Amino acid sequence: MSSRRVVVTGIGVVSALGNDVNRFSENLFSGKSAIAPIESIDVSSIRFKKAAEVRDFEAAELFEKQELAIIKPFSQFAVTAAREAIASSGIEWKDEASRQRTAIITATGAGGLTDLDQQYEDLYRHNKKRTPPMIVPQSMANSAASFISMETGVCGPTYTVSTACSSSNHAIGLAFHSIRSGMVDAAITGGSETPISFSNLKAWEALRVVSGDTCRPFSKDRSGMVLGEGGAMLVLEEMEAAARRGAPILAEIAGFGMTADAHHITQPSVEGPVRAMKNALEDASLETASIGYVNAHGTATNANDSMESEAINQVFGEHAPNVAVSSTKSMHGHTLGAAGAIEAVATVLALKTGVLPPNANYSEADPDCNVDVIANEAREVQVEAAVSNSFAFGGLNAVLVFKSLN
Amino acid sequence: MNPEIADKTISVIAEFKEMEKDKISVDTKLDSLEMDSLDALNLVFELEEAFDITIPDEQAFETKTVGEMVEGIETLLEMKDKETESGSEEE
Repeated sequence: MSSRRVVVTGIGVVSALGNDVNRFSENLFSGKSAIAPIESIDVSSIRFKKAAEVRDFEAAELFEKQELAIIKPFSQFAVTAAREAIASSGIEWKDEASRQRTAIITATGAGGLTDLDQQYEDLYRHNKKRTPPMIVPQSMANSAASFISMETGVCGPTYTVSTACSSSNHAIGLAFHSIRSGMVDAAITGGSETPISFSNLKAWEALRVVSGDTCRPFSKDRSGMVLGEGGAMLVLEEMEAAARRGAPILAEIAGFGMTADAHHITQPSVEGPVRAMKNALEDASLETASIGYVNAHGTATNANDSMESEAINQVFGEHAPNVAVSSTKSMHGHTLGAAGAIEAVATVLALKTGVLPPNANYSEADPDCNVDVIANEAREVQVEAAVSNSFAFGGLNAVLVFKSLN
Repeated sequence: MNPEIADKTISVIAEFKEMEKDKISVDTKLDSLEMDSLDALNLVFELEEAFDITIPDEQAFETKTVGEMVEGIETLLEMKDKETESGSEEE
């Protein structure tokens, strides 16, 4: 196996929990849920009323007027998070070779799909005869990757991954492997999602998996997921190169595993996630006893949380009671294609600070979820390594392993 | 039980399951129809469309027999009629 190792040197986030890493971190560790009544659109005819919306995001201050005409919110979140990640890593591309040896791999479940609502309404309801000219490039899934490339001049492998709720973990995992294999030396990677539009909320309503209450992962009284919006980006670098330039090394990204259930379009299986976690641990060359924390997929649907608990028990066996588990979706909502990236930021912060983020809104243990849930209050524990799970509709599983270098 | 609503409900189920209508009665247990969770979700949608009602999440998968389903639909139709009446008064 390659001796190259890969580290996280920069993180950036735009989330209901905070529009930068400092505010995100403060709210994350204080267990403050950002789930609240939806304000950006009228939800009077939708059965659920809550989501985790990004607030006080001043696009006009972050982008030039000309840029705003061509960049939709899902790309704005990605570019803003990438700017923060790049700034915090201190990475600079001083020559053409370094720009060519950096990858940009972004993720989104639906891209600009929700931005098309207005266009459809104008065409079908208001009988408008034309659409704004930039709808196609604005709404394409790779819009964010292209904007980050144009802004930074980075011109290596650049593309976008879309695997629903696993999108970001797939993107980050592929970026990690691209560096470890020697294809590139650095990567900007993560994902973004803006699922709050009338037609999209109606679609989620029809699936009957969204809670009318709030997101209570692993709790006996859980009643479904709560949607969130946002984006997060990481700067990954080959470890020796990062050390040479004196980069801030936040954590190592040590393993990546991916599998398909080959089972059902919406119902999860235990076997697929078990194999994905085992593959990720093997990829990281880590024993189960090294893992002290799992940032769970933890959607708070009945099916996911019992399945994921069973999968964690199968993977960790006797060590399972020593693995602390939380789903930070309880605070920043389920951001779908952005979930893995936002949760990667949470996991990296946990390893860097020695504090494990809580699972908010937890009220009652469920015998079907037999895992050590970090109930409502953060836990001060410096763990050696952590797992971050993402499982998608369609049975696509992607798991990352991060390691502390403190 | 309203026979028209029962008949229409059975028609929707029969069409959805591609079954003979006379194989289904109000006493048919939903378990015996061999539906997985996606089938159930789609059948609820078909019933909502057929009767122009909204079936709340907490009631959608509670019923055990076709008869219970018919009774639930009757209640929702009554509620809808009342809402329409009170709506027109407000106008």
